[in-house]
Amino acid sequence: MTGRRLQYAGLAVLVALPFVGVPEYYMHILVLILIWGFVYTAWAIMGRFGLVSLGHGAFLGIGAYTVALAWNLLGLTPWLGIPLGVGLAVLVAVVIGYPCFRFRVVGHYFALVTLALGEVVRLTIVALRDHTGGSLGLTPNRYGEGTSLYALQFADKEVFYVIALLLWLAGIWIWRRVDASMARFAMDALSEDEDAAASVGVHVTAQKLRITMLSAALTALGGGVYAQYLLYVNPGTVSGIGVSLQIVFAAIAGGMFTALGPTVGAMITIVLAETLRIAIGTEVIGLDTTIYGVMLILFIIFLPKGVLGGLIELYERRTAGGAGAMAGKREVGGGA
Amino acid sequence: MVFDIYLLEAIINGLLLGGVLALLALGLNLIFGVIDVVWISYAELVMAGMYGVYWLYAFFGVPLVLAALIAIFGVAVLGFLVHYLVISPILGKPPINQLLATGGLLFFLQSFATLLFGVEFRNIGLRLPVIELWDMYFSFARILAFAAALIGMVSLYVFLKRTFMGTAIRAVAQDREIMATMGVNTRQVYLITSAIGGGLAGLAAGLLVLQYDVHPAVGLSFGPITFMICVLGGLGNLLGGFVAAFIMSQFISIGGFYLDLEWGYVIAFVFFIVMMFLRPQGILGRRG
Amino acid sequence: MLELRSVSARYGSFQALFDVSLDVRAGEAVAVLGPNGAGKTTLLRVISGLLPVAAGELTMEGRSLLDLPPHRIIETGIAHVLENRRLFPRMSVEENLKMGAFIRGARARFRERLDVVYELFPRMAERRDQFAGTLSGGEQQMCAIGRALMSGPKILLMDEPSAGLAPVIVEQVFGLVDRLRGEGYTVLIVEQNVQQVLQLVDRAYLLEVGSIKTSGSAAELAADETLRRAYIGI
Ligand SMILES: Nc1ncnc2c1ncn2[C@@H]1O[C@H](COP(=O)(O)OP(=O)(O)OP(=O)(O)O)[C@@H](O)[C@H]1O
Ligand SMILES: [Mg+2]
Repeated sequence: MTGRRLQYAGLAVLVALPFVGVPEYYMHILVLILIWGFVYTAWAIMGRFGLVSLGHGAFLGIGAYTVALAWNLLGLTPWLGIPLGVGLAVLVAVVIGYPCFRFRVVGHYFALVTLALGEVVRLTIVALRDHTGGSLGLTPNRYGEGTSLYALQFADKEVFYVIALLLWLAGIWIWRRVDASMARFAMDALSEDEDAAASVGVHVTAQKLRITMLSAALTALGGGVYAQYLLYVNPGTVSGIGVSLQIVFAAIAGGMFTALGPTVGAMITIVLAETLRIAIGTEVIGLDTTIYGVMLILFIIFLPKGVLGGLIELYERRTAGGAGAMAGKREVGGGA
Repeated sequence: MVFDIYLLEAIINGLLLGGVLALLALGLNLIFGVIDVVWISYAELVMAGMYGVYWLYAFFGVPLVLAALIAIFGVAVLGFLVHYLVISPILGKPPINQLLATGGLLFFLQSFATLLFGVEFRNIGLRLPVIELWDMYFSFARILAFAAALIGMVSLYVFLKRTFMGTAIRAVAQDREIMATMGVNTRQVYLITSAIGGGLAGLAAGLLVLQYDVHPAVGLSFGPITFMICVLGGLGNLLGGFVAAFIMSQFISIGGFYLDLEWGYVIAFVFFIVMMFLRPQGILGRRG
Repeated sequence: MLELRSVSARYGSFQALFDVSLDVRAGEAVAVLGPNGAGKTTLLRVISGLLPVAAGELTMEGRSLLDLPPHRIIETGIAHVLENRRLFPRMSVEENLKMGAFIRGARARFRERLDVVYELFPRMAERRDQFAGTLSGGEQQMCAIGRALMSGPKILLMDEPSAGLAPVIVEQVFGLVDRLRGEGYTVLIVEQNVQQVLQLVDRAYLLEVGSIKTSGSAAELAADETLRRAYIGI
């Protein structure tokens, strides 16, 4: 009851933000958190079921570059470019996912195959430098004054904030849907023990593939919106091993087993990076990510369920501890 | 078509590249086979070693060979520490956690290098001769790297075959549970293996720094290819990794010869993905 | 020589041994009998350090083994021939034997003991370069026993050395155990072939669901009505 009320209050605050005149810089940070939060959530949709992909940069890169290239080369509006990118990402997900799941490429092997995929996309982008600008990146052409619904370009951060918010809400909603659906039960079983899942009649390959396609589609969508927001894409920041690991870590740091966990991960990592950047200044480059790296290691060693997951567990243990104490009392009472 | 001398040059260069890749794959495979952990940050240890050599040689004027030896030792210590500090606390946890912890280490090492040295590309500024042979050109650095990598691999082979500790290292890879009944402390074996893996990375660093610039992200340019090689050969299979290194290096070199270097890599990676479906257990793998 | 006082052991929350007391004197051969799942393997694993002692005392020649890390126990002279042999399948016979001589005290005498083992098992000498995983069952058992001997132990813990072998080979294995006794080794053996093993050993313990049920000389147990009915099937 109170949880629900808290949710609505939080949502109201989020919706009200653009109207109260938040400074542009903070608006920027918020948009970044929402977009990355969405991408991390998209990763966690499959990551939580033991499908740990180290190649989500592939889907992000496909989403971002498809929309930018379609616009620059073909003059195709992002309204078509983004779906095109999503479609391509899903196609790639099927091409990789189907044989992987069919032949039970799991664990380390799955992680490394997806890692290769992320690198294939990054290197392909670099290799196509005549069209993509190679490792220097690519800037989508400005449309008129810089604000156009047709070109999905907006000079105001507030507009993008609303888009990012909607996107993020959709991501959370989908996470919940997947969580609540019949598939959840089956997928949980499947991440623990594939044979057991198969024996209760779950079509393992199909389920895994469905989840992977969904995750890839959402990630590519996030990539497309990210490209439209920054109006700049770079192979290193939207594809390859670097961003792929960043996605995994942020999702884990926040906690991939709860709906808001990946978003918390985005908050922690972005706020940390920004704070350190401001506190230390730009001359000492690398300090923020150094601390970030140490934190990730510590997280995985000491808090594998992530910040939010860890907090929830702590809370549950507290309440369960209370219940346990009560049960203990009852037992003593019964004995007497 | 007439016989193409440049293609032959590319093939031989691929062979030379394969030597260093095989060395890297060997270190990673050894660690995986014995400890059952994938060090995603393995190439970052190489990066650290490259900086070590660069720093000793370019700043302090330490002779190159000595600098390389110090780097081998230094990275061996680093490998030891990786296991001691990062892996051993989570040894019993799901393998994916271990993999991710070393991924965190990847970030750390990369950023720490940025912190210390900045993002500039650095070169030790040593001009090694180019050797000409029937119209083909080979860099001396590559030949040296190939030879040294072979020597490194042979030494490791002798160590694993001849010594008690080497035999124990191989035995752990086959049945870790019973090692205590033979008086083997698996913890110690893990640490020694990690140090050896680090030492191999240090050796690779000393060889790569002769051919490539050092920068904090240099590990990303040969880390992924090393993983692909290991998986292609069958994770933990030392011989498989050795063979796979030469297959992949030919893809890169010949692909790069006909197209661009990146295309060489793309073709190699696509080949890898296709092979994963044809032979998921690796080209020489046993797992069926 | 080897002494257990009220030893308990557990796998997680499952207790597998309850207050087991047992001793083996120098030069003796002692058998541990019992049905499947009684805890016989567990008992040997506790002695050789593969499983920690949950409660009780465990000493070898008067020295407590509880404060020794598992890999140091072999140095006190305890060698374990594991259940199902557990050779390193993709290492040669000789490399398997080499692993048996891993401890510091044994390395210097590796060659010498290798000759002894090859003399004991000429078959092993013939197949020294063959992968242990490709040996026949009987050969594997020889290799496993040989590996245990390589450390120069005082006592051999043998877990069902005759399991899965043809009757003729079983005879050979028991003959071998007898011969080892003759050479001064102390033996603690777990067996299913109750009748045969009782002809071999001096004393035996009967273990059931983790506790010692009876113990006595081999002759006494062989004559025991309940034991006869339960295990020997006469
Ligand atoms: N690793 C383990 N984890 C949990 N329980 C175990 C484990 N190993 C053995 N047990 C249990 O401990 C009990 C004793 O097992 P143990 O292997 O010692 O029996 P045993 O007497 O050697 O049987 P057998 O004659 O079949 O070899 C059994 O109930 C078994 O299920
Ligand atoms: Mg048993």
